[in-house]
Amino acid sequence: MDYNATTPVHPEVLEALLPFYREAFGNPSSIHWAGRNVKGALEEAREKVALLVGCDPAEVVFTSCGTEADNMAIKGVAAALRGNGNHIITTGVEHPAVLNTCLYLEHEGFEITRLDVDRHGMLDPERLEAAITERTILISVMHANNETGTIFPVGEIGEIAARRRVRFHCDAVQAVGRIPVDCRADTIHLLSLSGHKLYAPKGIGALVVRKGVKLHPLLHGGSQERNRRGGTENVAGIVALGTACELARRAMVEEAPRLRELRDRLETGIRERIPGVTLNGHPEQRLPNTANLSFSGTTADSLLMNLDLAGIAASSGAACSSGTLRHSHVLGAMGTEPVAAGGSIRFSLGRESAAADVEYLLDVLPGIVARLRGNK
Amino acid sequence: MVKNGKKRRIVVAMSGGVDSSVTALLLREQGYEVIGISMQVWDYGKFAASEGETFGSCCSLDDIHDARRVAEQLGIPFYVVNFEEEFQRLVIDDFVAEYFRGRTPNPCVRCNQRVKFDLLLNKARELGADCIATGHYARAERDSGGLWHLLKGVDPAKDQSYFLFTLTQAQLAATLFPLGGMTKPEVRAIAASHNLRVAEKGESQEICFIPDDDYVRFLEEARGKGALSGEIVDSRGNVLGSHNGTYRYTVGQRKGLGIAHPQPLYVLGVDAERRQVVVGERDELLRDGFVAAHVNWIVPQGSAPVEAACKIRYRHQPVPCQVYPLPAGLAEVRFLEREKSVTPGQAVVFYQGDEVLGGGWIE
Repeated sequence: MDYNATTPVHPEVLEALLPFYREAFGNPSSIHWAGRNVKGALEEAREKVALLVGCDPAEVVFTSCGTEADNMAIKGVAAALRGNGNHIITTGVEHPAVLNTCLYLEHEGFEITRLDVDRHGMLDPERLEAAITERTILISVMHANNETGTIFPVGEIGEIAARRRVRFHCDAVQAVGRIPVDCRADTIHLLSLSGHKLYAPKGIGALVVRKGVKLHPLLHGGSQERNRRGGTENVAGIVALGTACELARRAMVEEAPRLRELRDRLETGIRERIPGVTLNGHPEQRLPNTANLSFSGTTADSLLMNLDLAGIAASSGAACSSGTLRHSHVLGAMGTEPVAAGGSIRFSLGRESAAADVEYLLDVLPGIVARLRGNK
Repeated sequence: MVKNGKKRRIVVAMSGGVDSSVTALLLREQGYEVIGISMQVWDYGKFAASEGETFGSCCSLDDIHDARRVAEQLGIPFYVVNFEEEFQRLVIDDFVAEYFRGRTPNPCVRCNQRVKFDLLLNKARELGADCIATGHYARAERDSGGLWHLLKGVDPAKDQSYFLFTLTQAQLAATLFPLGGMTKPEVRAIAASHNLRVAEKGESQEICFIPDDDYVRFLEEARGKGALSGEIVDSRGNVLGSHNGTYRYTVGQRKGLGIAHPQPLYVLGVDAERRQVVVGERDELLRDGFVAAHVNWIVPQGSAPVEAACKIRYRHQPVPCQVYPLPAGLAEVRFLEREKSVTPGQAVVFYQGDEVLGGGWIE
């Protein structure tokens, strides 16, 4: 129940990528037959990604991961538009890939505004617009929050960005494949996505760079990816990402309501069985697969360890390098007091989640919470 | 170790060293359901980032990595719990404050008392385990009357019972020391025969949160320089020189005084309030006895004096003494023969043969 952390590779995705580790080994930049074969597959994958997120294939730049895409977007715009201004607007609940990139730029002389969210983790577009100054060059706001699942009003933000002529980067790593994402309709100039969140392998991501967006590359090198990113392409990863995007586009119509129903069963089941539970995140504007719940009188690490011992994988906040938990910056930004709220756990469902898994959790969790509360 | 058809669940405090790794291995072989836990008590990243390298301190990130790999090798679940805040409050703040009161603290005893056998034991209970186990070289035995006794580890070179004198009956009842009956070479041999990756690993160093062993730097980073600089005086109050901070000195210390004197001079005492370091000749170091505070008796004692051998720091050969229990957790210790370097802030532990009767903190 930790699909927001990562997902298993879809069997069809695996089938699609394997030939590119066997017979189709060519370098797409080569003139000869071996390269040509591969080049075609690469462009086909680009089309599939573009179709899922509502942009032109030529606007898709493949990267090694979502973090690279975020870095490339923010540092790339900052470098390209330095002459126009030095102000970047983001939120306090972004992924560390965005937060720490902004922090780095702050040390380099950029001015960063980090917008607050309300107690549901929701962002107010009016406050965002009010933060824009003549020096603002970029807005970087995520599509859906990884911890709470809260979905931001991306369309409104895109409209504001277009009207005020500011570039809009959207970290859509958690959204792509789970909910409809449309760069054209929402006037998103730059959009990050990551393969391993939608059943492609780790080590592949993409940044959508809409036409006309000035961006300095992060990786200087050959002319791959239309000079946006040097380096020989991760062909198998790219093919896998393309296949995963195509599968997601077809499955979303049925999968989203199925997950929502399961998630709601999990949420109401827990609330019926356990008192002192609060929801972190927006009740409605939320990813269909995500439920972040606080259990008063408990700590997150003990909950997670107990769940793991019972064979259930869930998660909480961001982990530090040793694997211990830190207080979530996302819940902190929502005004949640760590001790008062108790341990917060994120349950995130996916393709292989079934009703039986939810029922098993509902069997096990009340006893765990009771033990932790009895031990205070 | 199968209770009601279910394996007994136990938490092993794993530091990534050979001792706690073998502890986990032995318990697993005895049929326990073993859960490995490393305690992160200090943000090693801070140090590593500024120095560009890591140091071989107990429970550093490298050690947590080692513990995790051993747990993988043993096929047991492994978790890291974050006790940074608590460790700062209960161990490090106390360590700094003690030095600034002119005392010489022992943070390892504090850590056992306040962190390992309190917070970790509590965490174990939260995980449905009723016991923890550590790799200490010490033994806990229950007598026919149901009372627990704490005994030295059988390896005289490794005995760590000194660090455990604060344990209560309840804590002893919930703790296993599987290495207490073994010697270090035996433990290493077990590790080697099971190909444990840490079999050859060296001993952990003295104070885990001071990776470079420079405690003066650590104290001055916490409280600034120069706050306690002052005079070096003899026991009659004659000023012999000056110093850069009383916390640089500990009772019995001979080096680093920088005073020319016909006889070697030793630190007799540290007076933080007057910022004085008192020095004298070797004879003046000798004491008849002292008072210990916050005394813990492993097995409850009456008020009658107790004959014991007392150890007044970890690397001290125990000496015979009489211990007079006093009210309010105090005890008066009288040596049979005068003893040198009684150091306020250090722990005194009372032994009878192999048994730890209890201990306290030297006033």
